[in-house]
Amino acid sequence: MNNIVVMPMVVPLLTGILLVFLRSQVKIQQLLSIFSIITTAVISVYILNLIQEDGVLRIDFGGWMPPYGISFVADSFSVLLVLTTAIVTGILLIYAFSSIGRAHENMFFYPFVFFLIAGVNGSFLTGDLFNLFVCFEVMLLSSYVLITLGGRKVQLVESIKYISINVLSSWFFLVGIAYLYGTVGTLNMAHLSVRIAEVGQGPLLTVISIIFLLVFSLKSGLLLYFWLPGSYSAPPTVVAALFGALLTKVGIYAMFRVFTLIFYHEQGVTHLLIGIMAALTMIGGSIGAIAYNDVRQIVSYNVVIAVGFILVGLAVSTEIAFQGSIYYLIHDMIIKALLFLIAGTMVYLTGTARIEQMSGLIRNYPLLGWLFFITMLSLAGIPPLSGFIGKVYVGQGAIEAGSYLLLAIAFLSSIFVLYSLLRIFMNCFWGETIINEDDDVPLKKGMLIPLVLFGILTIVLGIGAEGLAPYVTDAARTLANPEIYIDAVLNGEG
Amino acid sequence: METLITILVGVLVTVAVYLLLSKSLVRVILGTAILSHAVHLLLMTMGGLKKGAVPLLGENAENYADALPQALILTAIVISFAVTSFLLVLAYRTYKETGSDNLAVLRGFEDE
Repeated sequence: MNNIVVMPMVVPLLTGILLVFLRSQVKIQQLLSIFSIITTAVISVYILNLIQEDGVLRIDFGGWMPPYGISFVADSFSVLLVLTTAIVTGILLIYAFSSIGRAHENMFFYPFVFFLIAGVNGSFLTGDLFNLFVCFEVMLLSSYVLITLGGRKVQLVESIKYISINVLSSWFFLVGIAYLYGTVGTLNMAHLSVRIAEVGQGPLLTVISIIFLLVFSLKSGLLLYFWLPGSYSAPPTVVAALFGALLTKVGIYAMFRVFTLIFYHEQGVTHLLIGIMAALTMIGGSIGAIAYNDVRQIVSYNVVIAVGFILVGLAVSTEIAFQGSIYYLIHDMIIKALLFLIAGTMVYLTGTARIEQMSGLIRNYPLLGWLFFITMLSLAGIPPLSGFIGKVYVGQGAIEAGSYLLLAIAFLSSIFVLYSLLRIFMNCFWGETIINEDDDVPLKKGMLIPLVLFGILTIVLGIGAEGLAPYVTDAARTLANPEIYIDAVLNGEG
Repeated sequence: METLITILVGVLVTVAVYLLLSKSLVRVILGTAILSHAVHLLLMTMGGLKKGAVPLLGENAENYADALPQALILTAIVISFAVTSFLLVLAYRTYKETGSDNLAVLRGFEDE
């Protein structure tokens, strides 16, 4: 029993509630939100180190021992993601301060960001399947508000699509939960794992697992990503970056959790399906990324490709591949936030999202151009930037498991990522400048600083991967050996 | 009893799917509402529809009702209530902004 485990969810939740009452004091809202997000980050670093000493931690709410009560469980995998969430959100908040505008700030923008974070962190930490559903809904409801806030026509129309598809996937989630409860009579994830191991994962349970696969693929954009590019290009830049960095990753996390802890017996069916879906996602995402001329669309399709790539690690299911996926997941949260911010900044500076209408931006904004260049290299997986290590490990895992086709598609997709971003780079940053010095929109310091911070982060994460290695190794070990998790939840001292 | 309720769930899902596939936004929203009712019933049925005493130790009964599905449904109802009300407000705003609740017409707003 360790109360600290619940803090990454409680701190943002309380901050959000507090900020609702400070509606008109924008300065105080900003200060408080930065303070709160730093607190969350510090707490998660502390939990992460505690896990290395004491193993997987848990807290049973109300003292109800698992499997009867609801518990939060913190292993290295979830806390690494909680930490990355806090860091990414912190930097995005700095960008929001100078870009989101007074109207948003007065209409509860910051509170809803914090409710979103509470939902995201709750989803990462919960040890109960139904609680996962609830945390998903907390996150989704906040995202509904954030995507519609501002009320432009395109936002309203896109959000109808976004909300309908999410309501439908939440419905499937509940159906899956109902079937699972009817079949094995428990919803605690560790207990589910034990019971399914006892009765064996028969055809019925495999079908139920595919319902969960459907739910999480809809949320994370694995193959079922048709809603994603539209919804992610409608809202303001910061919100799009927040979605691109965090929301799909929660779906990916849930998929890893469910298919490594609970449904890992019939890998010939479920993991093969995940592999096929991941391959199709990468192919479809690559086609989308090079087909469009709208910066925001290209960037959104890059999210799709990354989802496919990360799930290659789950499809091959070796410990090395898990390590690769975890590295890549952390890298992707940071780099997608940066990519979305740069794309949004380009649209802000030029007033257009079409790449053929932009040109020569590097002359006016050299730093922005170089940051885009770093982002591009990092996404393509060039060492020493952060994308490299993840790709190496996923590749190594795929070779170990003998999935050469998946490996080939995964690495080919990197080339498409590179090509799609090179197209933006060459069209928008090179060439004759279209902006003359008179109507040069100044790039605000407040917008540039977060971009630089993300840039530094991707370099540090690439060079300093060694420092992260013990945590990632532990996370991958727990994923590969579910009994560590189960033991900590069901047998450990509360 | 379980079979009967399961058939009812199936009927509700059919109705909901029909509504979801229509072009009017309000019908789609009603469809999502019915869909959530269907799954609440399913949750209840999956827990087993047995007559039993309140799940308290002092009752000393032969059978106890399973309280967990009811707790789940309660939570799910609250959530679906929130989402439905949000969707209704969104539909109203969209109607005011675009002058249409027809999803086929709403497709065209790529740019403003």
